[in-house]
Amino acid sequence: MSKKEESKSRRKFLKTGITAGISAAAGLTGGGVMANKAFAGGAFKKVKVLTTDGKVIEVDEALVEAKAAPETIGRKASMVGLPDRKFVMVVDLAKCKNARACVDACQEGHFLPKDHEWIKLFYLKDSPQTAPYWFPRPCFHCDNPMCVSVCPVGATYKRTDGIVLVDTERCIGCKFCMTGCPYSARVFHWKEPDVEQPDVAYSPETNVPAKEGTVGKCVWCADNLRKNKLPRCVSACPMGVIYFGDMVEDSVTNGTETVRFSQLLEDRAGYRYREELGTHPGVYYLPPSNRSFTVESGFEGHDEEIQKRYEQSVNKYKSKK
Amino acid sequence: MNDIAQQDKLLAKFKPFLETTSTRWYLILLVLILIFAWGISGLVTQITGGHIVTGMRDNVVWGVYIVNFIFFMGLSYAGALVSGVLHLFNSEWRKPIIRMAELVTVISLMIGPFFIFLCIGRLDRLHYLFIHPRIQSPISWDVIGITTDLIGCFIYLYLSFIEDFAILRDQKSINLPKWRQKVYKFLALGYTGTPKQKKIIHKSRTLMSAMIIAIAIIVYSVLAWIFGVTLQPGWDSTIFGPYFVIAAIFSGSGLMIILMWIFRRIYHLEEFITKKHFVNMGVLLLVVAAFYGYFTFCDYLTKWYGSVKINAELIDKLFTEFNWMFIFANYFGIIIPIVIVGIPHLRTIRNITIAAVIAVVALWVNRYIIVIPTLETPFLPIQESRADWLSYSPTWVEWSLTAGGVAIFIILFKLASKFLPIISLSEMSGVDHRELKILE
Ligand code: SF4
Repeated sequence: MSKKEESKSRRKFLKTGITAGISAAAGLTGGGVMANKAFAGGAFKKVKVLTTDGKVIEVDEALVEAKAAPETIGRKASMVGLPDRKFVMVVDLAKCKNARACVDACQEGHFLPKDHEWIKLFYLKDSPQTAPYWFPRPCFHCDNPMCVSVCPVGATYKRTDGIVLVDTERCIGCKFCMTGCPYSARVFHWKEPDVEQPDVAYSPETNVPAKEGTVGKCVWCADNLRKNKLPRCVSACPMGVIYFGDMVEDSVTNGTETVRFSQLLEDRAGYRYREELGTHPGVYYLPPSNRSFTVESGFEGHDEEIQKRYEQSVNKYKSKK
Repeated sequence: MNDIAQQDKLLAKFKPFLETTSTRWYLILLVLILIFAWGISGLVTQITGGHIVTGMRDNVVWGVYIVNFIFFMGLSYAGALVSGVLHLFNSEWRKPIIRMAELVTVISLMIGPFFIFLCIGRLDRLHYLFIHPRIQSPISWDVIGITTDLIGCFIYLYLSFIEDFAILRDQKSINLPKWRQKVYKFLALGYTGTPKQKKIIHKSRTLMSAMIIAIAIIVYSVLAWIFGVTLQPGWDSTIFGPYFVIAAIFSGSGLMIILMWIFRRIYHLEEFITKKHFVNMGVLLLVVAAFYGYFTFCDYLTKWYGSVKINAELIDKLFTEFNWMFIFANYFGIIIPIVIVGIPHLRTIRNITIAAVIAVVALWVNRYIIVIPTLETPFLPIQESRADWLSYSPTWVEWSLTAGGVAIFIILFKLASKFLPIISLSEMSGVDHRELKILE
């Protein structure tokens, strides 16, 4: 190991140590199960942190925050996955009633313009006799991602922890990945984003600040994951529809309950959308069974614009009956 | 006819066009420049306003631009066909139209890629294609293929020009301004027509013509794979490589007929470009149309007969929303050329030209209904309330740039034919070729 690398890895170690210390201080399980309220408990003056030589000390929170605030994750760093992780998402269609809280949280958290949705809600009906259902579609972070294969400049890449990212500083905006993705998960900045972008250094993990003429897509909130926080859509959903977790640990959580991933798939007959395309999505779905609400209730309480979106599909599904 | 006499006759024929420029020529040029300027204004609008000024949206991410791109690239097949294939078969009759074919190739190869640039959101990062290439991407294959093709065709074109430059340098009958004589002299590279020089040029030309055929097939297949490798319904087809190649030859031979007609009229080349040329090119068009129709049929039959849901949706769209385009492109565009050329007493120069125009326009429409309906039929339904997000319709910006592309094509052709006779002088002195019988 060269000197430079050595010092780098030491710095990294320091940072991880401090972050872990904070997590512990905040009363979380240090073991790695993620929770959505990472900092909520200990957001006061003094916090306990772990020093390099293994002692737990109490310091002023502001001090730690400043030190622990991760330096911007640039392109290189963003290409490396979090070690020993394989993230996975499970979406429980039986609980989704198009509340759109996930969309709002995502839009807000990533400073996305209105027409630029990373997570989209579809109203689907598979066959004339089956029941319609609401279908939230984030990026599937496929294990065999078409978008990554077709990108001519390496602007989009897959990490070891499963996340697929786009580097909008590298992206030339050829849109090939958009035609490559069979799930329409990618959206394009057709114009200068009309949402004010925060004045931060760019990171592919957040795609903020957004750039005109480049593509964007759901990043599974890679920035949050680095801080041991859940993706924004997961924490935002009032119904606890979206579970997120780690395949290595075999656990997923929707913020309120933590369950075993394999058990959940087994119990609820989990599946992946369009398995036959061979893209190996990292998002699993649980069938919309035993719903305690009507699917039509999902149309209520939204802007006219949102309701109008589904008109065509509603008519189409009706006519096929 | 004796070679020198033939050459002199041609020179005499082109004398007025090379010496002086008519007001009509300038007028047409002016109109074309205005159209081109309109295209430039569209380009400026797009660059300053962003891609939002086009009709492209998140589903139809590539619109008319990519249609034009494949279309222009297809036209470049005229050269590969006429100068390449016919060169190898050593068909005598092709000689008067060789120059035209080569010009079509180089000019359309220069214009085509510009349309793909228009699809690119960040033109300021275009060079990333070269400094950060990923060879796994079909776009990188395209970059390599098109550059190779362009360079190859330029060399080929230049090789065929050298002898003519030398003739123009040496001739005394036409009064040319000093600077032009100098340019010819420079470009002729000291060619004097010694047997050794002749042999070298003809050898390299034969070699290049074989290479150009190969490169052309590769380039167009790669272009098809941009669509073919994706999982999209209607694109994800194994037939796309050869299908695109055939379609390209189809449009290339169609354009050749149109150009033959135009230049025959302008330069009164009736004795050089005869009905025989139209019939021969027409028959070529017929054969290719038959193949092309067959491929089209195979492609849609298998999609329609099977019942994969997403394919059924696509076919449904083609037969409703795009019905007229489908009928025009795939019925009229194929059947009319076949009928006109197929029935001997319909084979007049005019009819064949009409058939060619229909073929070329229909092919553009065919490209359109390959690209757009597929993009409007994603696996997850388009659930949108905004009309422009639901279905694609090109805006004035896209049309202006399309018109601008056609205009610059004609402008470049006009300029080239001003600079050099549109019929190759050296080619018309055919004896050399037969003597050398290249690639013995
Ligand atoms: S749009 Fe950007 S990310 Fe997508 S393929 Fe092109 S360069 Fe890559």
